[in-house]
Amino acid sequence: MTTADRRYHHPVSFTWWARKPSYLLFVLRELSSVFVAWFVVYLLLLVAAVSSGNESYQGFLEWSSHPLMIALNVIAFAFVLLHAVTWFGLAPKAIVLRLGSWRVPPNLILAAHYGAWLVISVAVAWVILR
Amino acid sequence: MSETDDKHAVPDMPDTTGTITMEVARFRPDRESEPSWDSYDVPLRKEWAVLDGLNHIKDQLDGTLSYRWSCRMGICGSCGMTVNGEPKLTCSTFLTDYAPGPVRVEPLANFPVIRDLVVDIEDFMAKLPTVKPWLVSGDEEPAEDSEYRQTPAEMDDYRRYSMCINCMLCYSACPVYALDPDFIGPAAIALAQRYNLDSRDEGNEDRRDVLASAEGVWACTFVGECSVACPKDVDPAGAIQRYKLTAATQAVKDLLLPRGAR
Repeated sequence: MTTADRRYHHPVSFTWWARKPSYLLFVLRELSSVFVAWFVVYLLLLVAAVSSGNESYQGFLEWSSHPLMIALNVIAFAFVLLHAVTWFGLAPKAIVLRLGSWRVPPNLILAAHYGAWLVISVAVAWVILR
Repeated sequence: MSETDDKHAVPDMPDTTGTITMEVARFRPDRESEPSWDSYDVPLRKEWAVLDGLNHIKDQLDGTLSYRWSCRMGICGSCGMTVNGEPKLTCSTFLTDYAPGPVRVEPLANFPVIRDLVVDIEDFMAKLPTVKPWLVSGDEEPAEDSEYRQTPAEMDDYRRYSMCINCMLCYSACPVYALDPDFIGPAAIALAQRYNLDSRDEGNEDRRDVLASAEGVWACTFVGECSVACPKDVDPAGAIQRYKLTAATQAVKDLLLPRGAR
């Protein structure tokens, strides 16, 4: 015997993500993956341009300095920052580290991530700017 | 002021002799196809939780109102509802915090509504046993009079997750569960971790297929609202992120190491 489902199912509204700041942040972070992918493509295009000689490299630079490209990359950078910061926020929750009986405090794990980020950024800046 | 007066004075409290309006979601499947609202004025007393307001309605104003509750002390996990848009245990959510009102009480979000404030929890009840939330012991049966000894440090590893009362506020707060009802969900994963991290348990491998699946921890995108909603400070979001690392590490080990060394 089957009975009709008389339960009420709340529909998920199209604007559910606007209901709370944390939901909005979650949707923006999901969206950030598109921009992370764009940076990967952009980097590959740069490598391809460099490898096929000075002329194509100059062409790449010219293309990159177009206002639309700059706007796109600024937006993409903001999303990648959001991605990185929220990812680091997750790290202390995922990593439970014990040295002997001492549990490394979550804040230290977070600080270590930012420290590593800083060190790598300085190293990259040094390679490019020296 | 004499001592007697002092006892009766209620400093910095809203008018506790007045009333507050409760707007309660009603759904009577025999009469209507979607929920509607009923308003009731209930006494506003400083010691009254939202659940006391509902009990007042049921006893004095409208006996047809349906809702679940049992212990009134935040341990049975029955009285979870949506209060002014947030998932709450109604026994520990006080009316005065919403003065002058109105207070809107709805059933828990993300679950089908059976009647008024009563939701169908069958989905959670079906998922929970799939993560084997009990102590799984190995092949060897312990001797009749043996004990499982545990140090306080070993207990600390899982104690937080053992505080879960299955109230399902975390499912109600989770937008992933709303969008993907197959997600095994915050409480079930926190309870799996409660046993995974128990020194007496040997069920890690048994729970892995369910936890490390697309509908397990990998469905979670770390919104974090489950841990905000949790009335027992279980931190299911933390439990899930921690298992993601465990699952990823195990997958890499499976790929790189010979069977004996995993």
